[in-house]
Amino acid sequence: MSFFSYAWDWVTQSANWHGPGSIPQQFLAHIGYSVLPLLIAALIGIPAGVAIGHTGRGSVAAVNVANSWRAIPTLGLLTLLVVYLGFSFVTWLLPLVVLAIPPILVNAYEGVAGVDPEVRDAAKGAGMTSWQEVTRVEVPIALPLIMVGLRTAAIFVVATATIAAYIGLGGLGRFIFDGLASYQYGPVAGGALLVAILAVFVLGFFAVLTRLVVPAGLRKQGKTE
Amino acid sequence: MIWSWIPSNGALIWQLTRENIYIGVVSALIGLAISLPLGIVAARWRWFNPPALTAVSLIYAIPAIALMIALIPALGLTDTNVIVALALFSLCVILPNVVAGLRGVPASVRQAATAMGYGPLRRLVMVELPLAVPVIMGGLRVGMVSSISLATVGQLIGVSTLGYLFIDGLQRSFPTPIYVGMVLIIAIAVGCDLVLVGVRRLLTPWVARS
Repeated sequence: MSFFSYAWDWVTQSANWHGPGSIPQQFLAHIGYSVLPLLIAALIGIPAGVAIGHTGRGSVAAVNVANSWRAIPTLGLLTLLVVYLGFSFVTWLLPLVVLAIPPILVNAYEGVAGVDPEVRDAAKGAGMTSWQEVTRVEVPIALPLIMVGLRTAAIFVVATATIAAYIGLGGLGRFIFDGLASYQYGPVAGGALLVAILAVFVLGFFAVLTRLVVPAGLRKQGKTE
Repeated sequence: MIWSWIPSNGALIWQLTRENIYIGVVSALIGLAISLPLGIVAARWRWFNPPALTAVSLIYAIPAIALMIALIPALGLTDTNVIVALALFSLCVILPNVVAGLRGVPASVRQAATAMGYGPLRRLVMVELPLAVPVIMGGLRVGMVSSISLATVGQLIGVSTLGYLFIDGLQRSFPTPIYVGMVLIIAIAVGCDLVLVGVRRLLTPWVARS
């Protein structure tokens, strides 16, 4: 039997769709475990990235973070926190937030830093204050890249939340690790398929969101990403 | 942190380090080997580009653990499974850079090569690919660093990597192996990254050092 037949057999069993720990519950839980760290990371990463891009201060550090954050092994970070703090809210939330910040921050920084100097001068020439220049000119122009950063972080968070099931978090990863522990490939394959489907949903969601928030004049630029 | 744990487990740490380097480096290089021909095709025939980039972003969105699980029926709980999964992810970050690098070669340069009597193949190998090296290397660096780090996820399906130290530390509530594993992963990633930077400098001696 192939992966898909195992996964399909398990996903289509009606018993898996009802009661506590069922597919709909864990699907929603997984979204919840992903949205919260993403929002916190966006609240930190976007202002910080915009500030660095606008002032140019700390840009070397930002670029270095961009190059090195993928080296951090998420499984190591999760297990280390659990060993010290036990499984808790902090244990899973903190690593997800910390790992989601770099792509958001760096893309916001690159978006703002990449704004054409002539456009900045035009904004100043039109009498805009620094704050107006940032909020009305630089951030809108940087939006396509800011959305790319959010999408990258969202995909990363969904994947890491799956692995966090290993240390005890709920969500779709539960099916995978409970199945592995009991040597049943059905739920493992089904959980993996559902996580992949969720990841594709995330891509689609950001495609729609980007379309909605990016100013019409910049859409062509966003498409190249 | 119990420092004496390190020398008394030196053989294990060394073996896991080798396995982790092997899986990370080989999968990134396979990703590069597949990306080059695909990227050349995508850079030349534009219709190939949108479906290729869509496929790449879809595959890249799939969590590593899910992809490895999907490969179990075909490849089992083996090194090959993890290498294939990580090679696919590497492909996803390298391929767009191959296309961008080749597209970024100025038309005037291509025309000059043609005027000097270069045929399409010779022009590609002698002029376009060398000029695309910095951009391709950028993709390979991301692919290799990610592969080295993501290889530890393979431990969750039983494939031996430095991820063993994380799980060992978790099960015994003993942080020392986890620290050792994290430091080694980051050290390997940084080391391989420096090697790639050196290779890029050798391949592109005309690029100013920054």
